[in-house]
Amino acid sequence: MKSGKIEGVIAEFENPAALIDAAEKMRDSEYTRFDCHSPFPIHGMDKAMGEKRSVLGWIVAPVAFLMVLVGFLFEGWTSTIAYPLVISGKPLFSYQAYGAVAFALMVLTSAGTALFGMLALNKLPRFHHPVFYSDRFAKVTDDAFFVSIEAKDAKFDEKETVEFLKSIGGREIELLIADD
Amino acid sequence: MSVSVQETAATTVFEEPPLIGGKPTFSSITEKISGIVEGKTKKAWFVLFGLASSLALILFGSIGFLFYEGIGIWGINNPVGWGWAIVNFVFWVGIGHAGTLISAVLFIFRQKWRTSINRFAEAMTLFAVICALVFPGIHVGRVWMAYFMFPIPNQMQMWPNFRSPLLWDVFAVGTYFTVSLMFWYTGLIPDLATLRDRAKARFRKIMFGIFSLGWRGGNKQWKNYELAYLLLAGLSTPLVLSVHSVVSTDFATSVIPGWHSTIFPPYFVAGAIFSGFAMVLTLAIIARKIYGLEHILTIRHFEKMNMVIMVTGMMVGYAYSMEFFIAWYSGNEYETFTFLNRAFGQYAWAYWIMISCNVLIPQLFWFKKIRTNIPAMFIISIFVNIGMWFERFVITVTSLANDFLPSSWDYFSPTIFDISMLVGSFGLFFSLFLLFIRFLPMVSMAEIKGVLPQADPHYYKKHE
Repeated sequence: MKSGKIEGVIAEFENPAALIDAAEKMRDSEYTRFDCHSPFPIHGMDKAMGEKRSVLGWIVAPVAFLMVLVGFLFEGWTSTIAYPLVISGKPLFSYQAYGAVAFALMVLTSAGTALFGMLALNKLPRFHHPVFYSDRFAKVTDDAFFVSIEAKDAKFDEKETVEFLKSIGGREIELLIADD
Repeated sequence: MSVSVQETAATTVFEEPPLIGGKPTFSSITEKISGIVEGKTKKAWFVLFGLASSLALILFGSIGFLFYEGIGIWGINNPVGWGWAIVNFVFWVGIGHAGTLISAVLFIFRQKWRTSINRFAEAMTLFAVICALVFPGIHVGRVWMAYFMFPIPNQMQMWPNFRSPLLWDVFAVGTYFTVSLMFWYTGLIPDLATLRDRAKARFRKIMFGIFSLGWRGGNKQWKNYELAYLLLAGLSTPLVLSVHSVVSTDFATSVIPGWHSTIFPPYFVAGAIFSGFAMVLTLAIIARKIYGLEHILTIRHFEKMNMVIMVTGMMVGYAYSMEFFIAWYSGNEYETFTFLNRAFGQYAWAYWIMISCNVLIPQLFWFKKIRTNIPAMFIISIFVNIGMWFERFVITVTSLANDFLPSSWDYFSPTIFDISMLVGSFGLFFSLFLLFIRFLPMVSMAEIKGVLPQADPHYYKKHE
């Protein structure tokens, strides 16, 4: 056995259905710092894990509303105050023309917020994580399904947690220990 | 606890055959798609890349000479001040639209068949928009002034004119490119993680490791990821409809007969989807053949795409006839002349190429035999691409060549540099596309796995 600190434990499950079952049991247990890993998102997993809906929408929406306004005001400011330029005798504050650019700015910034907000909520990029200590875990992006529990979990106990994972149907249970 | 596979009731109720042919498993999908990226480069790839990159070099060379000599090397004259540069720009932006339509709009409509084609359709969008962006960038004449297009605080205290549709275009297409890139990258993250986990060589592992950002596939990540993907799709949907609408306002807000028309935005969008799907089809047929993806890109996918081509082709045909009707109905003699001149004047040859390729030939897709026949649809997709290029040529050049003042009329003839840049832009497009299919997974593995029947937890029956 490797020496070093135990940082967590993973257990493999056979298929999406088994993982959903395990997630329900994890939810009903007292463990909180656990996650269910799969190669693709599994329908119904949020409910099984007792996860709340992602808050990302509440981050993106204010940005969208704000930026469409900023875009509109910026266009108005440049064409009336900063650089008033009469073109074909049209009014300087031709707000009808501002829609396209304000919309584009809104989409651009909201999309950026969606991507970077998602990464921030997921705490990515993060190149180091205890689950990567396991070689088996590499198959999670292929066809394997895992439950991981972090050692930081209040209820984590080397023996009890392993037993618990066994009892909910986990196989190939592996303690996550830094090997170098 | 043992688990076995059950024939669910759903299997028999829906008569539609499965999306993915063969007997795919999660790992067979990984193996197949990653294998393309990890395996040896095919000879055909080298031949095609050699050809495409040579053409791309012709584009770069021509651009170099353009910068040295000026835009006089093109066939543009007075009154035809907008030549092939604008034609190519509109053409390439249009090509891009199918990618976003497939990835965003079909995602929102839960069209699961999109998963086989969305990744490379999105890649096609990016590369088409790159080709498109080249042209407005170089056509300004004094390219060192191109930064005038952007709202950059400068020592002249000068700002762009936000009342100009040409500036809307800068924002619309620039945003389109950036958002498409973000959407594409978001979709790639789980697949890059797959390639990271499979990588043997250290350099490869590090590169894919960096770009997959440490993805772990935990559901706490998936939940944010899925919402982000949905939001990006939701933002891209109005964006894709707006981009070609804005491009069309470059024409429609002017007072040139044949351009000044409210039908332009929907007409351009329909045309964009039409041409884009044709390009997706062209590329998909070739890639499928070379890499043996017959079970992932099934004939059903192609049939659905052909139906989209037929429908949008008819929308375009409707727009052509409605333009004629309004020209007559308006009683405006300039408008009437312009349209009669398009069909029967000096550019009649271009007009009838456009009508044949865009309106008549896609009608063949009414026949199931033809819309499920690979060689036939390949040829039709090429015709559609040709037809759509000519549509932009007809719109741009005919209206300018015969303007209000007959004494200033002129005929536009392309020079060798017009041709070299058009051909070269195809070289750039195919070079980028070939690099993409060589180094990145061209089909979204995570999404394909998600639509396999065994991805649904209800597929399994437990024997306690």
